[in-house]
Amino acid sequence: MNIFAPIGRAFFLFLAQIGRLTMFTVQAISHIVRPPIYWYAVFQQLMRIGYFSLPVVGLTAFFTGGALALQIYLGGNRYGAEAIVPQIVVLGITRELGPVIAGLMVAGRVSAAIAAEIGTMRVTEQIDALTTLATNPIKYLVVPRLVAAVISMPILVAIADSIGVFGGYVVATQTLGFSGGIYLKNTVDFMKTEDVVSGLYKAATFGFIIALMGCYNGFNSRGGAQGVGAATTNAVVSSSILILAANYVLTSLLFAK
Amino acid sequence: MTPKIELRGVKKRFGPKVVLDGIDLVVNPGESLVIIGGSGTGKSVTIKSVLGILRPDAGQIFVDGEEVTHVSGRGRDRVLKKFGMLFQSAALFDSLPVWENVAFGLIQGRGVGRKAAREIAIKKLAQVGLGAEVANLSPSELSGGMQKRVGLARAIAADPEIIFFDEPTTGLDPIMADIINSLIVNTVKDVGATTLSITHDMVSARKIAHRIAMLYKGKIIWHGPVADIDKSGNEYVDQFIHGRAEGPIKMEVKA
Repeated sequence: MNIFAPIGRAFFLFLAQIGRLTMFTVQAISHIVRPPIYWYAVFQQLMRIGYFSLPVVGLTAFFTGGALALQIYLGGNRYGAEAIVPQIVVLGITRELGPVIAGLMVAGRVSAAIAAEIGTMRVTEQIDALTTLATNPIKYLVVPRLVAAVISMPILVAIADSIGVFGGYVVATQTLGFSGGIYLKNTVDFMKTEDVVSGLYKAATFGFIIALMGCYNGFNSRGGAQGVGAATTNAVVSSSILILAANYVLTSLLFAK
Repeated sequence: MTPKIELRGVKKRFGPKVVLDGIDLVVNPGESLVIIGGSGTGKSVTIKSVLGILRPDAGQIFVDGEEVTHVSGRGRDRVLKKFGMLFQSAALFDSLPVWENVAFGLIQGRGVGRKAAREIAIKKLAQVGLGAEVANLSPSELSGGMQKRVGLARAIAADPEIIFFDEPTTGLDPIMADIINSLIVNTVKDVGATTLSITHDMVSARKIAHRIAMLYKGKIIWHGPVADIDKSGNEYVDQFIHGRAEGPIKMEVKA
């Protein structure tokens, strides 16, 4: 038994997977730039991906902002720097936590739903049926989801940013003894346009990752209920990992000085 | 006469498993050809190759004399507009109501307006014996036999020149199976289409076929008019049509 054989096999399988994903991505993008686009389907997906994600994204952003304010206060206290809370909250939320938390929540909600829906369509031959009706499945299923996710995510993150800062504000004014007016003034004075805009770039990227991984795993699901279940899990896990990896890369690119 | 569909030496393998091992097949215009064979002999792969859902590894496929083996994109869409297909599980879109399922190819593929498409859909539903009252139901509210009928209505909605039937009677009770078989025979006569069906149901094959071809281990081992099926002189065919466990065909228990 050669111990290198399974390692090599796993490595080649990994490479094949990367290759398939790349080809799928290129195909999807080529269909985005070529008309027609099914705008009605885009609108439906905007509702499902964007609008219905608002409660979960808003709630998580609120609690994250609150916990952040509490931690910065406790940490800053060690150096007598408690007053820095509003500045760090707005910086942390807009640059990092807003996009990442929203990205991960939407990944769990939307990526899974997309993979389950498209995966079921695959195993029940509905995707083959689309082809026989002269409708390209990538154009009909993948493009609307990608477009809708890339549009929705920056909007969701902009809302998450506001709610996150508000969460910090509530905790700071209600339990930490900050004055509301000063808190808001410090927030607005400190915040720069690039803090927010960098977060929105990240959001659009995360939206693309979420829809792509949902669609890719759904399209490639095999073998009934179990296959669809595996596709759903893979979609959530892979999109979450890719979001965190892309977040690091984007942070280092956007703030390279 | 140019054959409607012609396959020349078509081969397809999945990993080490050879599924099609050089298929040669001709379907003439207006003819109803039925491919019979056991599960896993490559019947579905054959029709998916013609439709371009799967790409053969070798060989050529012609539709109306035009080679379509490697056609993709818009060219493939143009070829596919000649086809209609009834899937084994009906494969209705569960997110759309029945009438939109039937009208899907008209609305998306051919740019027919929704109102006109709905009228055509209701006409096609009537052709398969379904009333206008099912038009707004969701596919999941229908029984298996009704789903098959909707699938048939969808397959004939755009008046295709060629219709594929994938196991049209599988999973239906004998009476509903006979109703579906009659519907197939009648609609094909009405539309004047060429049809290619795959089945392992011999009752169905005898009823809808003009000609039968038997697929075994990735090759066509016998073909001839439906009247000759009982005197084919081929022991594989005899074993299959009589459904005997004993004979030259050994079931591969391991896939």
